Amino acid sequence: MVWDWLPVYFEQLLGGLWVTLQLVVICAGFGMAAAIPIGLVQVTGPKWLANIALGFCTVIRGTPLLIQLWLIYYGLGSVFPSIPGIRESVFWPYLRAAYPYAVFAFSLSVAGYVGEVMRGAFAGVPKGELEAAHAMGMGPFTVLRRVWLPRALQNVFPTLAGELVLTLKATPLAATITIQELFGVGTQIRQDTYRVYEPLLLIAGIYIVLTGIIVLVMRYFENRIPRPASV
Amino acid sequence: MRTAIKLLAVAALSAGFATGAAAELKLGLDTAPYPPFADQDASGNRSGFEIELGEAVCAAMGETCVWTPIAWDGIIPALTEGKIDAIFASMSITEERMKTIDFSDKYYNTPAALVAPKDMDIDGSPESMKGKIVGAQVSTIHANYAEAHYKDTADEIKVTYQAFDEHNNDLVAGRLDAVVGDSLAFVDFLASDAGQCCEIKAYLKDEAIFGKGVGVGLRKGDDALKQKFNDAIAKVRADGTYDAIAKKYFDFDIYGD
Repeated sequence: MVWDWLPVYFEQLLGGLWVTLQLVVICAGFGMAAAIPIGLVQVTGPKWLANIALGFCTVIRGTPLLIQLWLIYYGLGSVFPSIPGIRESVFWPYLRAAYPYAVFAFSLSVAGYVGEVMRGAFAGVPKGELEAAHAMGMGPFTVLRRVWLPRALQNVFPTLAGELVLTLKATPLAATITIQELFGVGTQIRQDTYRVYEPLLLIAGIYIVLTGIIVLVMRYFENRIPRPASV
Repeated sequence: MRTAIKLLAVAALSAGFATGAAAELKLGLDTAPYPPFADQDASGNRSGFEIELGEAVCAAMGETCVWTPIAWDGIIPALTEGKIDAIFASMSITEERMKTIDFSDKYYNTPAALVAPKDMDIDGSPESMKGKIVGAQVSTIHANYAEAHYKDTADEIKVTYQAFDEHNNDLVAGRLDAVVGDSLAFVDFLASDAGQCCEIKAYLKDEAIFGKGVGVGLRKGDDALKQKFNDAIAKVRADGTYDAIAKKYFDFDIYGD
């Protein structure tokens, strides 16, 4: 084992770790925000909207994330420049960067997987509770906000924690579209130093620690959710 | 099947007559083909830039040369143990190899090139990279060049590409304003449909980063032979033989400068 490269790349590794954390938090946030309506419309209808949501989840869950990422980065990326004038527009600095494409792709992925989870979660809330809320005089949005969504989240919280861990472990794919996150830095160390195992072991260790932190934090929140007496 | 093919150049023959029986000079080359430098067809005929150049150099030296294929990882031991007399196999002159063997003067050095969209106002100088995004493949001498020369002026240096075609894709997509890479590797890209957007803006020079180029590998202490190779290389360079051969394979200056 040779670790003499570690001090040289320490700062780069920290930078990579920061990018990885950013990706996880931002994509989980966007993905979750999209997943709630995607899950909800599949339970409430209208039918055509439910079908679109179902189709979306099927495509996202049915294709490798790497292909989605490359389709979005290289596919969309080659469509945009053909739009006249786009290179002079104020959006171009963002459209040509890699980061927005990664955020978009990972967010879609989270939305697809969690959307399916949320569909089951919304469907699993007992009808009687929703009817009771109605009977109390709550409007449909108040029912959603005060009863339906909290009860649904309560049921699937451990599953969501698992999805967050999976999102973390999907982020190394960003290195394939030039984003220097943790794995990308590890790859560079391997190619610079010709050492294979040590950088990989270090990166793997960091991911385990990150996963552990996610699990602990999510468990903390899980325990703070009041459980209904009947469960 | 015979693995060695005799090369009897006219000049070598006449030299042989003059001095009596000249010993054959065994030139080592890689068993694996490396077109367009060295290739071999099904019937064993060798061709390629390096093959033709080797023949010309041997002719200029007045030697009879025999190509001796050796697996790449054993080619330096084969030289030091005397199985071959010289390595003529696109071997780059490096500090590391200089510890074990000696080299003649270089006989080619594919220059690094800066490729950019045709309408881009770039000439390879650091000043012309102002506000530009430059790409290169991760952990390459080309990435080192971009970092060393363009860091202060360019908007961003993106040397995180895993493959050569990936930064070419991003160049076409407009995500990069310029790419640094090996001029030889760019030939196929620039000939493709996608590559029509772009052209070579400059050939880049920095011996400290790109190295000295490719030379004939020789045993340490074999100074007489080294001198003969250096003289012969200088001769084919001077009399136009080198350029005549190079023109058949490359449309840029493969010798570098």
